[in-house]
Amino acid sequence: MKTLLILGAGTAGTIMASTLRNKLPKGEWTIALVDRAPDHYYQPGYLFMPFGIYTENDVRRPMTRTVPRGIDYREADVDRVDAAANRVFLPDGTEIPYDVLIIATGVHPAPEQVEGMVNGDWRKNVHEFYTFEGAKALTERLKSWQGGRLVVHICEMPIKCPVAPLEFTFLADAWLQEKGLREKTEIVYVTPMSGAFTKPVASGILTRLLDEKRISVVHDFAIARVDAEKKAIVSWDEKEVPYDLLVTVPPNMGAEMIDRSGLGDELNYVPTDKHTLQCKAHANIFVIGDATDCPTSKAGSVAHFEAEVLTENILHFIAGQPLRSRFDGHANCFIESGHGKAFLLDFNYDQEPVTGTFPLPALGPMRLLAESRLNHLGKMAFRWVYWNILLPGWPIPLVGHKMSLRGKNIPPKELKAAA
Amino acid sequence: MPTKILAGTPVDTDDEGYLVNRSQWNKDVAAALAAEEGITLTDGHWRVLDFIDADFKERSVVPGMRRLNKVGNIPTKDLYALFPDGPIKKAARISGYPKPVSCV
Repeated sequence: MKTLLILGAGTAGTIMASTLRNKLPKGEWTIALVDRAPDHYYQPGYLFMPFGIYTENDVRRPMTRTVPRGIDYREADVDRVDAAANRVFLPDGTEIPYDVLIIATGVHPAPEQVEGMVNGDWRKNVHEFYTFEGAKALTERLKSWQGGRLVVHICEMPIKCPVAPLEFTFLADAWLQEKGLREKTEIVYVTPMSGAFTKPVASGILTRLLDEKRISVVHDFAIARVDAEKKAIVSWDEKEVPYDLLVTVPPNMGAEMIDRSGLGDELNYVPTDKHTLQCKAHANIFVIGDATDCPTSKAGSVAHFEAEVLTENILHFIAGQPLRSRFDGHANCFIESGHGKAFLLDFNYDQEPVTGTFPLPALGPMRLLAESRLNHLGKMAFRWVYWNILLPGWPIPLVGHKMSLRGKNIPPKELKAAA
Repeated sequence: MPTKILAGTPVDTDDEGYLVNRSQWNKDVAAALAAEEGITLTDGHWRVLDFIDADFKERSVVPGMRRLNKVGNIPTKDLYALFPDGPIKKAARISGYPKPVSCV
């Protein structure tokens, strides 16, 4: 028997376990899956918890329900990978030998990387919403909000789901209006980037939206520390932004296990071939989802598209063939804009998000880079799709891993450049 | 594509003033690019520029802040003192490398 070992049972790891269990003969291959958490979380749902749209139970299921059948699952931390010996060590000394390894250990917020962030004010007036605990604490904090200065802040790029801080800002604006607190609340959006988003067309549209909603933007802000006494964030060039409530996105680091194994870069991301998803340093290690250093969004949709490519490439690898399937960086993101509406972005390594229709040209029915109620309904329906279609490894109709240019309004200059 | 004369050498730049062709770069061009930013290059600056150069040759990307800290052993505070208001962008431009891409 050979062993394919997957580290991490989040979105990427679970999809890989599901698809590979259907592809690899049971008599020849054991598929082992290791994760330290007893529950699987629907991470896009964290955004909605503080505003009472989702409850804790909407976003959490026990692993017993999400790990597919026929998988050798262990709830355990990982101490390290010994890539030279094709072995993974658990903290209790258990060794798991593997023939093929998939690293799907994701990223996590690392607030301790910013001086003064984890201090007396942490989870009181300084919050994050990228963990279940964080979203819960912020939900409680908002219940007692009476107005003041709400600062939504990104520490540094890259971060998981780079549109989430904007969505949080738009949802907060709408929620404050409903509660009659918007006039008593000043909302400030602070980013290390030069604009609201990394890509020019989307950045322009989103900047206008922030402006319409009377949200002020502080850009090019590189945080040096949180000054809890002054209740201000301070940049390296000594600019200060005061807050009453700070909702920050801490630096996103890969798993410490990656560092202990000597497999990562300075952020513990694994250097990965961005097309084949093979680890650059070891041929029988593959990397998927947020754990890679691929220059596309760290997002569930990316993990899903990568899973199609990686499944094919692992089958090629096992058969001793060249890795023929290539990932194009495809990401597909809904952006909640408040009041029951949302935007939709569809892009890849080469094509920035533009306007148009999705998934079909002209027919849509969803509109790209434009606000609509249907986009919002799509986002809300996605939770069901996640649990029932995505994790079990079924394909989503009409939406493949290769981004389609059809239906996209691409500026003529760029089309020429692409041709 | 704008062409301009820096330190007596014609160089091609993009619209934001980053060199398009690194073979047109030399230490005098670096000094001229630094002067445009109001910076006079010292040994401290060169330590940063040399690291970016070596790292770019190895990995084909301009290193980010954390890489400069961890691998280059240059603290963020020093970088801001040397290249105020956006050290990576400025240091990349003075080194003759492209504008760093912020990730998606």
